[in-house]
Amino acid sequence: MDFLDIFLNANFWAASLRIATPLIFGVIGALVCERAGVLNLGIEGIFTAGAMAGWMAVWLGAGLWGGVAVAALAGAFFGLIHAILTVPLGLSQHVSGIGVTLFATSLSYFVYRTALPDVSSPPRIEPFKPLDIPGLSDLPFIGPALFQQTALTFLALFVVAATAFVLYRTPLGLAIRAVGDNPSAVESQGLSVYGIRIGAVVAGSALMALGGAFLTMSAFDAFFFGMVNGRGWICIALTVFASWRPGKALLGALLFGAFDAFQVRLQTDVGSFIPGQVFLMMPYILSIAALILVARKADYPRALLVPYFRGQR
Amino acid sequence: MIRFEPREPASLPRLILIPVAAALIALLLAALPISAAGVNVLEAYGLMGKGAFGSLFSFTEMLTRATPLILTGLAAALAFRAKLWNIGAEGQLYAGALAAVAVGTGWIDAPGVILLPLVVFAGALAGGAVMLGPTLLKTRLGVDEVVTTLLLNFVILLFVQMMLEGPMQDPMGMGWPQSEPILDQAILPKLMDRMRIHGGLIIALAAALAIHILLKRTVWGFEIRAVGENASAAAHAGLPVRATFIRVGLLSGALAGLAGVGEVAGLKGYLTADLSPGFGYSGIVVAMLAGLNPIGVVVAALFIASIFVGADSMSRATGVSNYLADLIVAMALISVLVSGLFLRFRIKFIRPHAAAASTQAASQETK
Repeated sequence: MDFLDIFLNANFWAASLRIATPLIFGVIGALVCERAGVLNLGIEGIFTAGAMAGWMAVWLGAGLWGGVAVAALAGAFFGLIHAILTVPLGLSQHVSGIGVTLFATSLSYFVYRTALPDVSSPPRIEPFKPLDIPGLSDLPFIGPALFQQTALTFLALFVVAATAFVLYRTPLGLAIRAVGDNPSAVESQGLSVYGIRIGAVVAGSALMALGGAFLTMSAFDAFFFGMVNGRGWICIALTVFASWRPGKALLGALLFGAFDAFQVRLQTDVGSFIPGQVFLMMPYILSIAALILVARKADYPRALLVPYFRGQR
Repeated sequence: MIRFEPREPASLPRLILIPVAAALIALLLAALPISAAGVNVLEAYGLMGKGAFGSLFSFTEMLTRATPLILTGLAAALAFRAKLWNIGAEGQLYAGALAAVAVGTGWIDAPGVILLPLVVFAGALAGGAVMLGPTLLKTRLGVDEVVTTLLLNFVILLFVQMMLEGPMQDPMGMGWPQSEPILDQAILPKLMDRMRIHGGLIIALAAALAIHILLKRTVWGFEIRAVGENASAAAHAGLPVRATFIRVGLLSGALAGLAGVGEVAGLKGYLTADLSPGFGYSGIVVAMLAGLNPIGVVVAALFIASIFVGADSMSRATGVSNYLADLIVAMALISVLVSGLFLRFRIKFIRPHAAAASTQAASQETK
C-alpha cells in the first residue's frame, strides 16, 4: 500500500469533504445550542427526523429545496420541544435530550413505516447533483477535489461562516454567548434569557436536521433505518474538541472526514487480514480520543447545563 | 407568568400518582398515531391489553420481556442517583452477553453448579469493566461520560459482530454470525413448563431488592445519594466522591451486563448481534418512570414490557407499525419528565403585574 497515492488522489479530498458535510451541520448546530447554555442530546434523533422528513417531502413531490426546508422545520420542531423542557421548565438537559432523541427517532420510523407499509427495497428520489462551477470545477486536481460537491456542502461551508459572523460580530451573537456564560448579566440588560436560549436551540436544531437531510438527499437517495448511526453523538464530541468555535468545528469535521475517507481506502489494501468492523469502529474510537485529548483544557460555556430561573440569583 | 415554588419532599401517594399519570398520558397520546395509521383506537388498545395480559402465555411473555428491562432500568436508576450519566447500558448488555457466551459454550467444562455462577459472574464483570473506562475518564480527566458511554455502545456492538463473524462463530451455524450454543448445564432454569420465562427474572428481582437495600440501608448508599445531590458539597464533607463514582459505575455496568446474561443464558441460548432491541435505552425510560427508585423500577419495567409485548401483538393483528411501542415509550419519558415538576414544585400561574409587584416587594425587603 502506498499512503502517498491516497493523498494525491482528488477523489480522497472530495470524499473527505462529502463525509464531513453532515458533521459540519451537526457540530455547528450543537455549538449554537451549547453556546447558549443548552446541551442538546436530541441531536441523534433530530438527524433522523431531518433525514426522514426531507426525504419524504421530496418523495411526495416537494422539490429538493422544499425538502431541505421541511427537514429544517422538523428539526426546529423537535428543538422547540427540547427548548421548552430545558429552558423555562429547567428540566435535566441530559434526560430531556435523550427523550427527544427517542421521540424523534421513533416518530420518524413510525411515519416512514406507516406511509410505506410493505416495501422491500426503499424507494429512491433524485438527489442533489454535484454543482458545476464555471472555472473552478474544471481546474486540474483542485476542481475534482474541492469544487464538484453538491449545493448542500457549499451551504454547510456558508453556515460556518455565517455562524462565526453572527456569534462574534453582531449584538445577537454577543447575547447568545452571554446567556451561555452569565445569564443574569443578560437579564440585567433587559434582554430575555429564555427567548435567546429558546431561539438558539431551535435554530441549532434546524441546522442539525440539515445534516440528516444531507444523508438522504445528497449522500444517498433513500431513507434507511439506523442510517444516522451515531453521527449525532460524534458531533457532540466534536463540539467539545472544537472548544465551541465555528472555525475549529469546521476543521474538526474536515479532519474527521479525511480520516474516515483515508481508512476506507486503507481498508481496500489491508482489509483482507483486518476485519471490517475494526475500521467501522474507528470513527467512534477517534471521537472518544478527541474528547480525551482536549479534556484537560476544555473551556465549557460556564452556564452549560445550568437552568436559569428568572428572579433567582 | 409561571412561578415554581419548591415543595417539601413529596408524599408517597403523589410519588406513585405522578408516574402513573405520565404513563396514562403517553398511552392516551398514542391514540393520535394509531388513528393516523387508520385503525380504530379502542380496538387497538383492546388488542394491546390482550396481547400483554390476555392469557397465561402472553403474561409470561410480558414478564420475559420485563426481565432485561428491570436490570437495565436498575443500571440507569443507580447511576442517575449519583448523577453519573451512564447511557451505555446497551453496550454493557452486549458485553455481558458476550462474556457469558465466552465462558458458557465449552471453554470451561464444569458441572452446572460451578459453571452457571461463573457465566453470571463473567457477564456482570464484563458489563462493569465496560463502564469502568468512562467512569475513570470522568473522575481522572473530566471527560463527559454521556458521550463516551453513548459512543462505546457502537464500538461494542461492532466488536460483538466481529467476534461472531470471527473467533466465536458457531462452526455448525451454517455460516450465520452467531455464537455456539451455551452448554445445557449453564442455561438458566425455566420457571414454567412450555413458557419462555426463565431464571433471569429471579436475578432481576433479587437485584432490585439488593439495590434498594444498598441505597436505603448502607453507608455506600448514603454516599451515593449525597454525591448525587451535590458532589462538591459531598467532597467538602469528606465523602469519597471518586470512589463512589467508581463503585456506582462498576455496579451499574454489572447490572446491565446481567441483562445480557439473562438474554443469552435464559432466553436465546446463543448470541446474535440483534440480541437487544434497545433494552439499554428503554432502561433509561424505566428508571425515570420509577423516579430512580429500585422497587419502582420493577413496576415501570412491567409497564414498558407490556407496551412492547402488547404493541407487537396488536401490530400483527392490525398492521399498525410496531414502532408505535418505541413511540409510546419515548412519550412516556417526556411526560414523566414534565409531570415530575409537579412533584418538586408548587406551580403558580400569576398575572404579570402581580408578579412585578411581588418581585418589587421582594427587592424592597432585601434593602
